[in-house]
Amino acid sequence: MSLLTMVSQLGVAFVETLKIFCLTLLFSLPLGLIVSFGRMSKCAPLSWLTKLYISVMRGTPLMLQLIVVYFGPYYVFGQKITSSYRFTAVIIAFSINYAAYFAEIFRSGIESIPVGQHEAAKVLGYNKLQTFFHIIFPQMVKRVLPPVTNETITLVKDTSLAFAIAYAEMFKKAKEIAAAQSSVMALMVAGVFYYVFNLLVAWVMGRIEKSMSYYK
Amino acid sequence: MSDRKLLEITHMSKRFDELEVIKDISLSVKEGEVLSIIGPSGSGKSTLLRCATMLEKMDSGTLTYLGENAAWDENGKCVYAGKKELKHISKYFGLVFQNFNLFPHYSVLKNVMDAPVKVDKVSKKEAKERAMALLEQLGIADKADAYPQQLSGGQQQRVSIARALALQPKILFFDEPTSALDPELTGEVLKVIKQLAREHMTMIIVTHEMQFARELSDRIIFMENGVIQAEGSPEEIFATDNERVQGFIGKFQK
Repeated sequence: MSLLTMVSQLGVAFVETLKIFCLTLLFSLPLGLIVSFGRMSKCAPLSWLTKLYISVMRGTPLMLQLIVVYFGPYYVFGQKITSSYRFTAVIIAFSINYAAYFAEIFRSGIESIPVGQHEAAKVLGYNKLQTFFHIIFPQMVKRVLPPVTNETITLVKDTSLAFAIAYAEMFKKAKEIAAAQSSVMALMVAGVFYYVFNLLVAWVMGRIEKSMSYYK
Repeated sequence: MSDRKLLEITHMSKRFDELEVIKDISLSVKEGEVLSIIGPSGSGKSTLLRCATMLEKMDSGTLTYLGENAAWDENGKCVYAGKKELKHISKYFGLVFQNFNLFPHYSVLKNVMDAPVKVDKVSKKEAKERAMALLEQLGIADKADAYPQQLSGGQQQRVSIARALALQPKILFFDEPTSALDPELTGEVLKVIKQLAREHMTMIIVTHEMQFARELSDRIIFMENGVIQAEGSPEEIFATDNERVQGFIGKFQK
């Protein structure tokens, strides 16, 4: 197999990796915000429940979570697992896992905003929604960008875990090629794919950070 | 100064756990009056202000703005008016914080015009005109497009005064407005407050600036340990024979 063929085959499989990456971000970021609200809630059972959720998500391997989400419906409800469910399971597992990490990042960001900001907004007559979305949220986003960048870059690499339930993303393809050719070349090329894509992610996040540097 | 009472507080008490910070305080402020509250740290001045502006809930007593009750006692417990009434009453007052609490992600202009637009539903055009007029009046119109962090503390505090005035309150509270400023910057903020006094803005000012309080106030309250120890005109307070007041003021006049 020529290098070019290998790159093009991996490139095709990389589209699947990209799909996992984009959809996970799309779902886990808003979900993370909602979970952070639950975590900060004054309602003790809700706060306790989200704490448990976060602790399980962070405390067990993502690979195991993938397996549980994928095979769970069969073991719990006796439902037959279809191959189309494979992709859904990947997105569900990644989204709920990353939401837990994002929730903690958002919580730390929200709690780091000085109480004076809330008080100023209150005295000026902003309601709670206005205070959150216009005053607190924008400042929170700026503060959490560096840790969110970290998580996002980790996510790019974590997509390779989808092979645990035999989802055909790039890393699985690279392993197949490597096995067929008895050479690690394909894995190295896959590594370059991840690296270059992460350079792009870091660059984009850097731009966003810069666009918010007009205030402290 | 008219005889209309803008603010009336009766029998206000507030405790934080075991600590009784405010003990049965009553006071009222008339339209156009400038009232200064002085006293040592921990005497309850700021808590009194925070209760009056409803950032803290008092434990008992009444709070009334322009004859409208915000809070009152019922069966030995303090009850607050409904959300809608409180929202309405909140429009009567503004508060200037010790550390400004400007919104760092908004420009100076947006800091001043945002609340009128979002809260009072004033048109953007009118809010902008009103904001620019206020910035002009407070001498910071040239900073309209700057962000708070680019300003000196004195300028930031003037912006926060403009922000409070933009909502056209009937009464303005100041919580140690110059305590976060160095002496040079203190002057420019005090000048602005004096200007407001000349325009007959009703103000309650918690301050450690004795000379300023003396020059500006119609009335001074000396607080200690959660109670009003002395109350009177600046002349009366500064000529008092109350030992505690003398001792406190004396420290500032050396």
